[in-house]
Amino acid sequence: MSQTVFAPWDNPDEKPLIRFQNVTKKFGEFTAIDDLTLDIFAQEFFALLGPSGCGKTTMMRMLAGFETVTEGRIELAGADIGPVPPNERAVNMMFQSYALFPHISVWENIAFGLRRDKKSKAEIEARVEEMLKLVRLEKFAHRKPHQISGGQRQRVALARSLAKAPKLLLLDEPLGALDKKLRQETQFELMDIQETTGTTFVIVTHDQEEAMTVASRVAVMDEGRVIQVATPSAIYEYPNSVYVADFIGDVNIIEGHARASGTEEYALTWSEGQAPITATSQKAFSEGQKAHLAIRPEKIRISTEKPEDAVNAMQGKVLDIAYLGNLSTYHVELPGGQVIKAQTANTRRIARRDITWEDPVWISWSATAGVMLDQ
Amino acid sequence: MMRRTTLILIPYLWLLLLFFAPFLIVLKISLSDAALAIPPYTPNLKDGIGALIRELDFENFVFLTEDDLYWKAYLSSLRIALVSTVLTLLVGYPIAYGMAKAPEEWRATLMMLVILPFWTSFLIRVYAWMGILSNEGLLNQLLLWLGVTSEPLVILNTTTAVYIGIVYTYLPFMILPIYAALDRLDSSLDEAAQDLGCTRRQAFWLVTIPLSKNGIVAGSFLVFIPALGEFVIPSLLGGSGTLMIGKVLWEEFFNNRDWPVASAVAVILLLILILPIVLFQRNQQKQQEAEQ
Repeated sequence: MSQTVFAPWDNPDEKPLIRFQNVTKKFGEFTAIDDLTLDIFAQEFFALLGPSGCGKTTMMRMLAGFETVTEGRIELAGADIGPVPPNERAVNMMFQSYALFPHISVWENIAFGLRRDKKSKAEIEARVEEMLKLVRLEKFAHRKPHQISGGQRQRVALARSLAKAPKLLLLDEPLGALDKKLRQETQFELMDIQETTGTTFVIVTHDQEEAMTVASRVAVMDEGRVIQVATPSAIYEYPNSVYVADFIGDVNIIEGHARASGTEEYALTWSEGQAPITATSQKAFSEGQKAHLAIRPEKIRISTEKPEDAVNAMQGKVLDIAYLGNLSTYHVELPGGQVIKAQTANTRRIARRDITWEDPVWISWSATAGVMLDQ
Repeated sequence: MMRRTTLILIPYLWLLLLFFAPFLIVLKISLSDAALAIPPYTPNLKDGIGALIRELDFENFVFLTEDDLYWKAYLSSLRIALVSTVLTLLVGYPIAYGMAKAPEEWRATLMMLVILPFWTSFLIRVYAWMGILSNEGLLNQLLLWLGVTSEPLVILNTTTAVYIGIVYTYLPFMILPIYAALDRLDSSLDEAAQDLGCTRRQAFWLVTIPLSKNGIVAGSFLVFIPALGEFVIPSLLGGSGTLMIGKVLWEEFFNNRDWPVASAVAVILLLILILPIVLFQRNQQKQQEAEQ
C-alpha cells in the first residue's frame, strides 16, 4: 500500500496559496527583504528560519498587512494583497507577545474577531466553544488573561487567531516565551491543530529545532534573502551552502580543493601531509575547484583502533568531550591543528567509556557521509 | 520595630499638623458667631473652654441653606468643574495620544513642552490670558485682521473665559496620566485588533480607550478636584457674572469679614470634595494592584 506524501511543491500543476514575486522591502536605506521570490502552498506548515534581523519578521508583517511592499507583489490565493488593509485580509496572526486584550475575558478575546464579522450570537457562541475545546481551555473561559499561566495564554492567542478560520495563520515566535519542556509539548500540539483545522501555517522562528520539528518545509534566511527552501530532512542532509549547513545543527566544515577520482566521486586535498578525503557529490566540481566538505558529527565514527574498511580515516587526539547525557561529542585534534567533532550515542554507561581526554583515537567516515559545497 | 513605627507615624503626624488641626480650627470657627472683634468671631479661648463649647451652634450652616446664593454657587462650581474636565479631556487626550505615538527620541522633548508652563507663575499666566481675551486683546485683533468677525468678541468676563483658563491651566494634569497609560500600552494590541477585523477607528474605541481608562480617570480627577474650588481663574477671567464657590468664599472672608460663614462654606466644599478624592484614591489603588 502506497501512501501519498504531502508534497505540493513537487507538483508543477499545484497553485501556491501565497506567492512572493520579487519582493523587496526597504526601511529608508536599509534593505530588509532583497528581491525575494517564494511559493507557499495550501495546508503547509511553513517555517521561516533565520537569525534575528534576517527579515523573517518583516515577511510575516507584510503578509499580515502591517508593512507595505516596496517593490514586487505578494499574492494570496491568486490575488494581489498589496492594497488590502490588515482588517480585510483572510490572514490572522498570533503575536509573539500574544497581544491578548487584558481588559476582557478569555472567552471575549476569542470572540473578538467573530464579533467584528457581525455574526449571530448563536454562531459566535458555538465557534468560541469549539475553539475553547480545541485548545482545552473550557474551564478558563471566564478568566482574564492575567489570571492564567503563560502556556494557557499561548493557547488563548492561538484559539483567538484561529477563530475566524483564516486561510493563512501567521505565528510569530509562538513558543518563544515558554520553557523548554512546555515548548516541546506545544510543538506537537501545534502540529495536531494544524492538521485538524487544515489551515496553512507560516511560523517565524530562530529556533532551528522548532522549525525542524513542526514544519513541512523550512526556508533558511539570511540578510533579507532566502538561502534554501526544503523539507527539514533535505535541509539537514543536503544543505546547499555552508551557511545553511552551519546554521542547522552541528557540522564539521573541511575546506580543500576537489579533483575528480571517479564517477561522481572526488578526492579533496585539504591539508598537507594528510591523505586526500574521498567524497561523493552529484554536483560537478572542476579540477582544482575550491570545495567545502560538510559532515555532521554523528556521521563520524570514533574508535581506539584503526578501522579496517573505512574510506576516510585519520588519527588524532581527544581534546574535549561534551557529555550531553544521551550523546557525547568528542573534539578530536588532528596533527595539522584542525579540530573535528565526532558524536556517538551513549549506549553504554559512562563508567565503561573507553575513550578519555588526550587519548589517541581514529576517526573515520564513508564517502557518502558528507556533502560537498562550493559556497 | 521602633523604626518602623516612627516611619509610619511621620505621614500621620504631617496629616495631623497640616490638615486635621487647621480643619478643626475652621470647623470651630464655622460653628461660632460673627463679632466685631479681633479675631472677628465669638466665642474664643478667652471665654474659657466651657463657654466655648456651650456657645457653638449650626446657625451658619442653616444660613447657607436659606440664602440661595450659596447652593447656586456650589451647583455652578460643580457644573463649571465638570464641563471644564470634559473639555480638558477632549483637548488633552489627542495630545497625550500624539506624544505616545511620537518617535522615541521626541518624547522627552514633548514631555518638557507640556511641563514648561509650570516654570512661569500661575498668576502671571492667567493675567496673560486677560491680555489675550479682552475686547482689544490679541485674539480679537487677530480675528478682526483676518476678517473673521467685524465686531470684537466678548470673551473676557464670561464663563467661556473661565473654561479657557481652567483647560489651559490644568491641561498638563490631564495629559501626563493619560500619556503614562498610553505609553505602557503594547502596540501589538492595536495591531491584533486590526488583524482580527477592526478598522483603525474601531481598534481605538475597543482597545486603546478601554486600556487607557485608568489614565483618563486619574487625569479627570486631577482636573476636577482643584477646578471645583478654583478661585483665581473665575475672579480674574470670569467677571461678576461667573458664580463659583471659591470666589464666594473669598468675598465672604475678605469683603464681608464674616469668618464663621466663610468657614461654613469651606467645610461644605471639603465635604463635597471628599467623594471624588476617595474615588480617585480607589482608582489609583486599583491601578497599582493591576500592575502587580
